Amino acid sequence: MSQLQFFLALVAGGLSAAAFALSVVTPFEQGLLLKAFLALGFMSLIRFFLPLGLWADAALALLGAVALLTTIGAFGPTPAFFWMALVGAWLFSWLFVERLSKALAPRLSDNAGLGLLIPMVFGMALLVIWEVVTRGANVPPVLLPAPSMIGAQLANSAPILWADFVQTFIKSVLPGYAIGCLSGLVVAILVDRSPFLKAGLLPIGNFMSALPIIGIAPIMVMWFGFDWQSKAAVVVAMTFFPMLVNTVAGLNASSAIERDLMATYAADYWQTLMKLRLPAAGPFIFNALKINSTLALIGAIVAEFFGTPIVGMGFRISTGVGRLAIDLVWAEIAVAAVAGSAFYGVIALIERGVTFWHPSVRGGRA
Amino acid sequence: MTAVVSAQNLGLTFKTNDGDVVALSDVNLTIDKGEFVSFIGPSGCGKTTFLRTIADLEQPTSGTLTINGQSPENARKDRAYGYVFQAPALYPWRTIEKNIALPLEIMGHSKSQQAERVKRTMDLVNLSGFEKKYPWQLSGGMQQRASIARALAFDADLLLMDEPFGALDEIVRDHLNSELLKLWDRTKKTICFVTHSIPEAVFLSTKIVVMSPRPGRVTDIIESNLPRERPLDIRETPEFLAIAARVRDGLRAGHSYDEDHI
Ligand SMILES: Nc1ncnc2c1ncn2[C@@H]1O[C@H](COP(=O)(O)OP(=O)(O)O)[C@@H](O)[C@H]1O
Ligand SMILES: [Mg+2]
Repeated sequence: MSQLQFFLALVAGGLSAAAFALSVVTPFEQGLLLKAFLALGFMSLIRFFLPLGLWADAALALLGAVALLTTIGAFGPTPAFFWMALVGAWLFSWLFVERLSKALAPRLSDNAGLGLLIPMVFGMALLVIWEVVTRGANVPPVLLPAPSMIGAQLANSAPILWADFVQTFIKSVLPGYAIGCLSGLVVAILVDRSPFLKAGLLPIGNFMSALPIIGIAPIMVMWFGFDWQSKAAVVVAMTFFPMLVNTVAGLNASSAIERDLMATYAADYWQTLMKLRLPAAGPFIFNALKINSTLALIGAIVAEFFGTPIVGMGFRISTGVGRLAIDLVWAEIAVAAVAGSAFYGVIALIERGVTFWHPSVRGGRA
Repeated sequence: MTAVVSAQNLGLTFKTNDGDVVALSDVNLTIDKGEFVSFIGPSGCGKTTFLRTIADLEQPTSGTLTINGQSPENARKDRAYGYVFQAPALYPWRTIEKNIALPLEIMGHSKSQQAERVKRTMDLVNLSGFEKKYPWQLSGGMQQRASIARALAFDADLLLMDEPFGALDEIVRDHLNSELLKLWDRTKKTICFVTHSIPEAVFLSTKIVVMSPRPGRVTDIIESNLPRERPLDIRETPEFLAIAARVRDGLRAGHSYDEDHI
């Protein structure tokens, strides 16, 4: 047992014991499950004499979560031992993750699925704490709704959320992203051939990427109208320059000796580009694709704050705040977070497949 | 018959920020078809620069240089030579067989011709079975053999090799030296070979060019009278040792010049 594990086990068990002692004053049948959890948590201190498996901590954390969720409000005003139980359950789950990651460490490198387990446990714990704190402490939903409320809103407003998703993600983000990235790539290849363009365009590129979208969004609305075309244009403007700058850098990533090799074969410009310089630029291009996947979503959502038809994620968020429909705003944020992560994840997966040879991906020798 | 490589009063000066570096000065050398020529000398004496000038990767600043009677540029465009760099320079996104096929793709060979030549050259350098591996999955010696196979794949008559075995251990090196000699004997190619090692130079060459630095120049050209057929134990014969002694003397002469200047 490491020092951290020892400490976690001691505090979690001790806290359960103290909370259990405090809970004895309440009527016996009130919050039975919570009391059972506290009693078991108290008993877990036995681990200092008798080793307990890590799944015992998993079971305790799970029991704690269920007990807390089902006994919110059971005691009238939330008593102190309830919060102690929350901290205790959190400590048990921390202890579990700590022991799990130690146990998995040797096998983590070659199994990505196992690597997902730990963040998933962590995410679940966070949701439970969020739920218990917001409901247990009666946090006004306008400040922070409970995850269950957001979940209910997600289910209830599914058609609205879907329409917003189509408007913002499918119509604005994807075409804008594709056009912006592709034209950035093509212009980078053109720029690379001409020192004059390189000297002229790259500083402008850096200047443009420093422009706030707050500035360009209203202009795009004036140029391209209220519908998705102006949002796609904002996305194009945001994604073009990162791709341009990264690709220009990537095209110079091949080494002198690799280029000399092409010269000894008397390879022409296009052969050198396709067989050496573009593949070597792959990691840079994917870097831009990943940066742009997040930029594109942010850009499209924020651009909708500046005039839009009555649909779209950004529209829903800006009007939702005004109408105090906060749970809808949070549902929209949840959709945006999932869509953004999935978008990024898909690109990262493709990257692993395409640039498998790069030391940062294969994680091995250079 | 025109010489494969002919250099007259060849000079090359690099302009750098800290002044000019004379990498080659007044080099006169003729290499005939079928010769195995080694270039030996301390680092910085211009061996790599000379090979790169032959390959049209550097431009001479004085004198003349012809390859097969033409300018280096035209010879390069004719794909007159295969170049083995000091580092393997295999492309990491290509498998070994794809790396070896690279020059064939560029030169427009048909798919079936590519497959046939890749197979033949991989056999030649003893890499059969590693077709689908990536360069970073192979040892340094295997990577260097793959880069030799790549230079052999398109069957140029001239082979330029810059310390190809410099990073390898002696056992692998002996083996590859024997293989290279056999290959040279069988294919009648002309080989220019840069090395640091006196035994390697004597063992392989029909002609040894001794060079010395600052400025880079040729101090001695030694014709070897060893037979073409050379078992490894030829290295103990008096003839071999006599040539090695002459190379050593040539290097020492260049070196004392060096010390006068420091
Ligand atoms: N591209 C270059 N720019 C400037 N100096 C160079 C360049 N290449 C080589 N040199 C210099 O030319 C000299 C000969 O180098 P090189 O041919 O690499 O020697 P060797 O291969 O015999 O070790 C060295 O002094 C080296 O520093
Ligand atoms: Mg060298």
